[in-house]
Amino acid sequence: MEKNQKKLFAVLIIAAILIAAIPFLALKDAEFGGSDDAGSVMVEEIHGEYDPWFTPVLESMIGREIPGEIETLLFCVQTGIGVGIIAFFMGRLYERRKLGKDNEEL
Amino acid sequence: MTQKQKKQITAITVFSIAFGICPAANAMHIMEGYLPVAYCIAWGVLCLPFLVTGFMKIKKTLDENRRAMTLLAISGAFIFVISSLKIPSVTGSCSHMTGTGLGAILFGPCSVSILGIIVLIFQAVILAHGGLTSLGANAFSMAIAGPFFSYGVYALCKKCNVNRRITVFLAASIGDLFTYCVTSVQLALAYPSEAGGVLASAVKFLSVFAPTQLPLAVVEGLLTAAIVICLESFAKPELKSVGYI
Repeated sequence: MEKNQKKLFAVLIIAAILIAAIPFLALKDAEFGGSDDAGSVMVEEIHGEYDPWFTPVLESMIGREIPGEIETLLFCVQTGIGVGIIAFFMGRLYERRKLGKDNEEL
Repeated sequence: MTQKQKKQITAITVFSIAFGICPAANAMHIMEGYLPVAYCIAWGVLCLPFLVTGFMKIKKTLDENRRAMTLLAISGAFIFVISSLKIPSVTGSCSHMTGTGLGAILFGPCSVSILGIIVLIFQAVILAHGGLTSLGANAFSMAIAGPFFSYGVYALCKKCNVNRRITVFLAASIGDLFTYCVTSVQLALAYPSEAGGVLASAVKFLSVFAPTQLPLAVVEGLLTAAIVICLESFAKPELKSVGYI
Protein backbone atom coordinates (compact mmCIF):
# COMPACT_ATOMS: atom_id res chain seq x y z
CA MET A 1 0.00 0.00 0.00
CA GLU A 2 1.39 3.38 -0.86
CA LYS A 3 1.80 5.98 1.80
CA ASN A 4 -0.96 8.19 0.46
CA GLN A 5 -3.36 5.33 0.38
CA LYS A 6 -2.50 4.39 3.93
CA LYS A 7 -3.25 7.91 5.04
CA LEU A 8 -6.53 8.06 3.18
CA PHE A 9 -7.48 4.68 4.61
CA ALA A 10 -6.79 5.89 8.14
CA VAL A 11 -8.77 9.08 7.57
CA LEU A 12 -11.76 7.13 6.30
CA ILE A 13 -11.77 4.73 9.23
CA ILE A 14 -11.35 7.51 11.78
CA ALA A 15 -14.17 9.52 10.19
CA ALA A 16 -16.43 6.45 10.31
CA ILE A 17 -15.64 5.89 13.98
CA LEU A 18 -16.27 9.55 14.80
CA ILE A 19 -19.64 9.63 13.06
CA ALA A 20 -20.68 6.59 15.09
CA ALA A 21 -19.19 7.73 18.41
CA ILE A 22 -20.23 11.38 18.52
CA PRO A 23 -24.03 10.90 18.81
CA PHE A 24 -23.43 8.27 21.46
CA LEU A 25 -21.23 10.62 23.49
CA ALA A 26 -23.25 13.74 22.86
CA LEU A 27 -26.81 12.51 23.41
CA LYS A 28 -26.75 11.63 27.08
CA ASP A 29 -30.47 10.93 27.49
CA ALA A 30 -31.03 8.86 24.39
CA GLU A 31 -31.87 5.18 24.79
CA PHE A 32 -30.40 3.98 21.50
CA GLY A 33 -33.05 1.36 20.96
CA GLY A 34 -33.33 -0.27 17.57
CA SER A 35 -35.20 1.62 14.90
CA ASP A 36 -37.00 -1.70 14.26
CA ASP A 37 -38.89 -0.99 17.45
CA ALA A 38 -39.58 2.53 16.30
CA GLY A 39 -41.00 0.94 13.16
CA SER A 40 -43.39 -1.31 15.04
CA VAL A 41 -44.52 1.61 17.18
CA MET A 42 -45.28 3.51 13.99
CA VAL A 43 -47.27 0.58 12.61
CA GLU A 44 -49.41 0.61 15.73
CA GLU A 45 -49.85 4.34 15.52
CA ILE A 46 -51.19 4.13 11.98
CA HIS A 47 -53.02 0.86 12.23
CA GLY A 48 -54.13 0.75 15.84
CA GLU A 49 -53.25 -2.18 18.09
CA TYR A 50 -51.32 -4.73 16.04
CA ASP A 51 -50.68 -8.35 16.82
CA PRO A 52 -47.83 -9.80 14.76
CA TRP A 53 -49.18 -12.96 13.13
CA PHE A 54 -45.91 -14.82 13.26
CA THR A 55 -43.14 -14.93 15.82
CA PRO A 56 -39.51 -15.60 14.94
CA VAL A 57 -38.73 -19.33 14.80
CA LEU A 58 -36.11 -19.16 17.51
CA GLU A 59 -38.39 -17.20 19.81
CA SER A 60 -41.27 -19.61 19.44
CA MET A 61 -38.85 -22.47 20.06
CA ILE A 62 -37.68 -21.13 23.40
CA GLY A 63 -41.08 -19.63 24.10
CA ARG A 64 -39.86 -16.11 24.89
CA GLU A 65 -37.85 -13.27 23.47
CA ILE A 66 -34.14 -13.83 23.03
CA PRO A 67 -32.41 -12.41 26.11
CA GLY A 68 -30.42 -9.25 25.39
CA GLU A 69 -27.03 -10.70 26.21
CA ILE A 70 -27.64 -13.74 24.02
CA GLU A 71 -28.74 -11.52 21.17
CA THR A 72 -25.53 -9.54 21.54
CA LEU A 73 -23.59 -12.78 21.44
CA LEU A 74 -25.35 -13.87 18.26
CA PHE A 75 -24.69 -10.56 16.58
CA CYS A 76 -21.03 -10.90 17.54
CA VAL A 77 -20.99 -14.34 15.98
CA GLN A 78 -22.20 -12.78 12.76
CA THR A 79 -19.53 -10.08 12.91
CA GLY A 80 -16.93 -12.72 13.74
CA ILE A 81 -17.76 -14.87 10.75
CA GLY A 82 -17.49 -11.87 8.44
CA VAL A 83 -14.27 -10.52 9.93
CA GLY A 84 -12.73 -14.00 9.87
CA ILE A 85 -13.35 -14.43 6.17
CA ILE A 86 -12.14 -10.92 5.28
CA ALA A 87 -9.03 -11.28 7.43
CA PHE A 88 -8.20 -14.67 5.94
CA PHE A 89 -8.37 -13.43 2.37
CA MET A 90 -6.71 -10.07 3.04
CA GLY A 91 -3.91 -11.97 4.78
CA ARG A 92 -3.42 -14.19 1.75
CA LEU A 93 -3.46 -11.19 -0.59
CA TYR A 94 -0.97 -9.35 1.61
CA GLU A 95 1.44 -12.27 1.69
CA ARG A 96 1.15 -12.71 -2.05
CA ARG A 97 2.25 -9.10 -2.50
CA LYS A 98 5.06 -9.56 0.00
CA LEU A 99 6.40 -12.61 -1.79
CA GLY A 100 6.31 -10.72 -5.07
CA LYS A 101 3.86 -13.17 -6.65
CA ASP A 102 1.25 -10.59 -7.53
CA ASN A 103 0.07 -12.29 -10.64
CA GLU A 104 -0.39 -15.75 -9.25
CA GLU A 105 -3.84 -17.02 -8.59
CA LEU A 106 -4.97 -17.60 -5.06
CA MET B 1 -0.61 14.20 -0.19
CA THR B 2 -1.32 15.31 -3.70
CA GLN B 3 -3.60 18.15 -4.59
CA LYS B 4 -6.10 15.71 -5.99
CA GLN B 5 -6.36 13.73 -2.81
CA LYS B 6 -6.78 16.85 -0.75
CA LYS B 7 -9.70 17.73 -2.93
CA GLN B 8 -11.17 14.25 -2.47
CA ILE B 9 -10.97 14.46 1.27
CA THR B 10 -12.48 17.91 1.33
CA ALA B 11 -15.38 16.75 -0.81
CA ILE B 12 -16.02 13.75 1.41
CA THR B 13 -15.82 15.85 4.56
CA VAL B 14 -18.28 18.42 3.26
CA PHE B 15 -20.64 15.66 2.28
CA SER B 16 -20.43 14.01 5.70
CA ILE B 17 -20.95 17.25 7.58
CA ALA B 18 -23.92 18.17 5.42
CA PHE B 19 -25.47 14.80 6.18
CA GLY B 20 -24.52 14.90 9.84
CA ILE B 21 -26.35 18.18 10.42
CA CYS B 22 -29.63 16.96 8.94
CA PRO B 23 -32.13 16.09 11.65
CA ALA B 24 -32.05 12.33 12.13
CA ALA B 25 -34.46 9.35 11.34
CA ASN B 26 -34.30 5.73 9.79
CA ALA B 27 -35.03 1.93 10.25
CA MET B 28 -33.92 -1.64 9.72
CA HIS B 29 -35.65 -4.73 8.40
CA ILE B 30 -39.36 -5.31 8.57
CA MET B 31 -40.12 -7.32 11.67
CA GLU B 32 -41.40 -10.88 11.66
CA GLY B 33 -45.17 -11.06 11.44
CA TYR B 34 -45.62 -7.37 10.76
CA LEU B 35 -46.41 -7.68 7.09
CA PRO B 36 -49.76 -9.08 5.93
CA VAL B 37 -49.55 -12.49 4.25
CA ALA B 38 -50.48 -11.27 0.79
CA TYR B 39 -47.64 -8.73 0.84
CA CYS B 40 -45.15 -11.33 2.09
CA ILE B 41 -45.96 -13.58 -0.82
CA ALA B 42 -46.05 -10.78 -3.38
CA TRP B 43 -42.62 -9.42 -2.42
CA GLY B 44 -41.22 -12.94 -2.27
CA VAL B 45 -42.41 -13.73 -5.78
CA LEU B 46 -41.08 -10.42 -7.02
CA CYS B 47 -37.63 -11.37 -5.72
CA LEU B 48 -37.48 -14.73 -7.46
CA PRO B 49 -36.41 -13.63 -10.95
CA PHE B 50 -33.59 -11.54 -9.46
CA LEU B 51 -32.41 -14.39 -7.27
CA VAL B 52 -32.43 -16.89 -10.12
CA THR B 53 -30.57 -14.47 -12.39
CA GLY B 54 -28.13 -13.77 -9.59
CA PHE B 55 -27.50 -17.44 -8.99
CA MET B 56 -26.82 -18.11 -12.63
CA LYS B 57 -24.61 -15.05 -12.90
CA ILE B 58 -22.50 -16.05 -9.92
CA LYS B 59 -22.13 -19.55 -11.29
CA LYS B 60 -21.07 -18.21 -14.66
CA THR B 61 -18.60 -15.77 -13.12
CA LEU B 62 -16.98 -18.49 -11.06
CA ASP B 63 -16.87 -21.00 -13.91
CA GLU B 64 -15.10 -18.55 -16.14
CA ASN B 65 -12.88 -16.99 -13.57
CA ARG B 66 -11.71 -18.66 -10.37
CA ARG B 67 -9.99 -15.47 -9.27
CA ALA B 68 -13.37 -13.91 -8.67
CA MET B 69 -13.91 -16.31 -5.76
CA THR B 70 -11.71 -14.25 -3.45
CA LEU B 71 -13.57 -11.05 -4.18
CA LEU B 72 -16.94 -12.76 -3.94
CA ALA B 73 -16.04 -14.14 -0.51
CA ILE B 74 -14.83 -10.75 0.66
CA SER B 75 -17.98 -9.02 -0.64
CA GLY B 76 -20.18 -11.55 1.15
CA ALA B 77 -18.20 -11.30 4.36
CA PHE B 78 -18.34 -7.51 4.14
CA ILE B 79 -22.15 -7.67 4.14
CA PHE B 80 -21.97 -9.99 7.14
CA VAL B 81 -19.80 -7.59 9.11
CA ILE B 82 -21.48 -4.34 8.12
CA SER B 83 -25.04 -5.55 8.63
CA SER B 84 -24.24 -6.91 12.08
CA LEU B 85 -23.02 -3.60 13.45
CA LYS B 86 -25.78 -1.60 15.06
CA ILE B 87 -24.55 1.93 15.15
CA PRO B 88 -25.87 4.76 17.34
CA SER B 89 -27.18 7.67 15.34
CA VAL B 90 -28.00 11.31 15.91
CA THR B 91 -31.69 10.56 16.56
CA GLY B 92 -30.87 8.59 19.65
CA SER B 93 -31.74 5.24 18.18
CA CYS B 94 -29.59 2.58 16.55
CA SER B 95 -29.71 1.12 13.11
CA HIS B 96 -27.41 -0.94 10.99
CA MET B 97 -26.06 -0.63 7.48
CA THR B 98 -26.46 -2.98 4.56
CA GLY B 99 -22.96 -3.41 3.13
CA THR B 100 -24.31 -4.45 -0.25
CA GLY B 101 -22.64 -1.60 -2.15
CA LEU B 102 -19.27 -3.33 -2.47
CA GLY B 103 -20.71 -6.45 -4.07
CA ALA B 104 -22.94 -4.42 -6.37
CA ILE B 105 -19.97 -2.45 -7.66
CA LEU B 106 -17.77 -5.51 -8.19
CA PHE B 107 -20.25 -8.11 -9.41
CA GLY B 108 -23.38 -6.28 -10.45
CA PRO B 109 -26.65 -6.06 -8.56
CA CYS B 110 -28.09 -9.49 -9.42
CA SER B 111 -25.19 -11.41 -7.93
CA VAL B 112 -25.43 -9.45 -4.70
CA SER B 113 -29.02 -10.54 -4.21
CA ILE B 114 -27.72 -14.03 -3.41
CA LEU B 115 -25.15 -12.72 -0.93
CA GLY B 116 -27.73 -10.45 0.66
CA ILE B 117 -30.35 -13.13 1.10
CA ILE B 118 -27.84 -15.41 2.84
CA VAL B 119 -27.31 -12.70 5.44
CA LEU B 120 -31.04 -12.03 5.76
CA ILE B 121 -31.80 -15.73 6.32
CA PHE B 122 -29.00 -15.92 8.87
CA GLN B 123 -30.39 -12.92 10.75
CA ALA B 124 -34.01 -14.09 10.54
CA VAL B 125 -33.34 -17.60 11.80
CA ILE B 126 -30.54 -17.15 14.30
CA LEU B 127 -30.95 -13.58 15.48
CA ALA B 128 -34.75 -13.19 15.27
CA HIS B 129 -33.94 -9.96 13.41
CA GLY B 130 -36.02 -9.29 10.34
CA GLY B 131 -38.06 -12.42 9.73
CA LEU B 132 -38.79 -15.43 7.57
CA THR B 133 -42.26 -14.19 6.68
CA SER B 134 -40.95 -10.78 5.74
CA LEU B 135 -37.88 -12.28 4.04
CA GLY B 136 -39.24 -11.50 0.58
CA ALA B 137 -39.85 -7.85 1.38
CA ASN B 138 -36.53 -7.44 3.16
CA ALA B 139 -34.68 -9.20 0.37
CA PHE B 140 -36.29 -6.89 -2.12
CA SER B 141 -35.25 -3.74 -0.29
CA MET B 142 -31.80 -4.74 0.95
CA ALA B 143 -30.60 -7.33 -1.54
CA ILE B 144 -32.21 -6.07 -4.74
CA ALA B 145 -33.40 -2.44 -4.73
CA GLY B 146 -30.42 -1.07 -2.78
CA PRO B 147 -27.75 -2.82 -4.88
CA PHE B 148 -29.50 -1.87 -8.12
CA PHE B 149 -29.51 1.76 -7.08
CA SER B 150 -25.87 1.53 -5.97
CA TYR B 151 -24.96 0.05 -9.29
CA GLY B 152 -26.88 2.77 -11.11
CA VAL B 153 -25.01 5.47 -9.21
CA TYR B 154 -21.73 3.67 -9.86
CA ALA B 155 -22.39 3.37 -13.58
CA LEU B 156 -23.48 6.99 -13.81
CA CYS B 157 -20.44 8.34 -11.96
CA LYS B 158 -18.15 6.15 -14.02
CA LYS B 159 -19.63 7.55 -17.18
CA CYS B 160 -19.12 11.11 -15.92
CA ASN B 161 -15.53 10.28 -15.00
CA VAL B 162 -15.94 11.02 -11.32
CA ASN B 163 -12.99 9.99 -9.18
CA ARG B 164 -13.16 6.27 -8.43
CA ARG B 165 -13.15 6.52 -4.66
CA ILE B 166 -15.81 9.17 -4.58
CA THR B 167 -17.83 7.00 -6.93
CA VAL B 168 -17.57 4.09 -4.52
CA PHE B 169 -18.47 6.30 -1.59
CA LEU B 170 -21.52 7.72 -3.32
CA ALA B 171 -22.71 4.38 -4.67
CA ALA B 172 -22.51 2.68 -1.28
CA SER B 173 -24.08 5.46 0.77
CA ILE B 174 -26.89 6.31 -1.62
CA GLY B 175 -27.67 2.62 -2.09
CA ASP B 176 -27.92 2.26 1.69
CA LEU B 177 -30.33 5.18 1.93
CA PHE B 178 -32.40 3.86 -0.92
CA THR B 179 -32.78 0.50 0.84
CA TYR B 180 -34.51 2.24 3.72
CA CYS B 181 -36.66 4.34 1.44
CA VAL B 182 -37.90 1.12 -0.13
CA THR B 183 -38.54 -0.37 3.32
CA SER B 184 -40.63 2.68 4.19
CA VAL B 185 -42.65 2.37 1.02
CA GLN B 186 -43.17 -1.34 1.66
CA LEU B 187 -44.50 -0.64 5.13
CA ALA B 188 -46.63 2.21 3.79
CA LEU B 189 -48.18 -0.01 1.11
CA ALA B 190 -49.18 -2.49 3.79
CA TYR B 191 -50.29 0.20 6.23
CA PRO B 192 -51.69 3.21 4.37
CA SER B 193 -52.71 5.86 6.87
CA GLU B 194 -56.39 6.69 7.06
CA ALA B 195 -55.94 10.37 6.40
CA GLY B 196 -53.51 10.52 3.52
CA GLY B 197 -53.25 7.00 2.12
CA VAL B 198 -50.02 5.34 1.10
CA LEU B 199 -48.11 8.54 0.51
CA ALA B 200 -48.76 10.06 3.93
CA SER B 201 -47.90 6.77 5.50
CA ALA B 202 -44.65 6.49 3.54
CA VAL B 203 -43.64 9.95 4.69
CA LYS B 204 -44.34 8.91 8.26
CA PHE B 205 -42.21 5.79 8.06
CA LEU B 206 -39.48 7.68 6.26
CA SER B 207 -39.44 10.27 9.01
CA VAL B 208 -38.70 7.48 11.49
CA PHE B 209 -36.08 5.79 9.39
CA ALA B 210 -34.36 8.49 7.32
CA PRO B 211 -32.74 10.72 9.96
CA THR B 212 -31.29 7.70 11.77
CA GLN B 213 -29.98 6.26 8.56
CA LEU B 214 -28.36 9.34 7.03
CA PRO B 215 -25.18 9.34 9.13
CA LEU B 216 -25.01 5.57 8.88
CA ALA B 217 -25.14 5.79 5.12
CA VAL B 218 -22.10 8.06 5.30
CA VAL B 219 -20.32 5.54 7.52
CA GLU B 220 -21.16 2.81 5.06
CA GLY B 221 -19.78 4.88 2.21
CA LEU B 222 -16.56 5.55 4.12
CA LEU B 223 -16.06 1.91 5.07
CA THR B 224 -16.76 0.70 1.55
CA ALA B 225 -14.27 3.21 0.17
CA ALA B 226 -11.75 2.00 2.76
CA ILE B 227 -12.05 -1.66 1.79
CA VAL B 228 -11.87 -0.76 -1.88
CA ILE B 229 -8.58 1.04 -1.21
CA CYS B 230 -7.27 -2.15 0.41
CA LEU B 231 -8.41 -4.26 -2.50
CA GLU B 232 -6.97 -1.85 -5.02
CA SER B 233 -3.54 -2.18 -3.50
CA PHE B 234 -3.50 -5.93 -2.85
CA ALA B 235 -5.93 -7.50 -5.27
CA LYS B 236 -5.28 -5.74 -8.56
CA PRO B 237 -5.35 -8.91 -10.72
CA GLU B 238 -8.65 -9.98 -9.18
CA LEU B 239 -10.21 -6.56 -9.67
CA LYS B 240 -9.06 -6.59 -13.25
CA SER B 241 -10.55 -10.01 -13.80
CA VAL B 242 -14.02 -8.86 -12.73
CA GLY B 243 -13.69 -5.71 -14.82
CA TYR B 244 -13.55 -3.17 -12.01
CA ILE B 245 -10.25 -1.61 -13.09
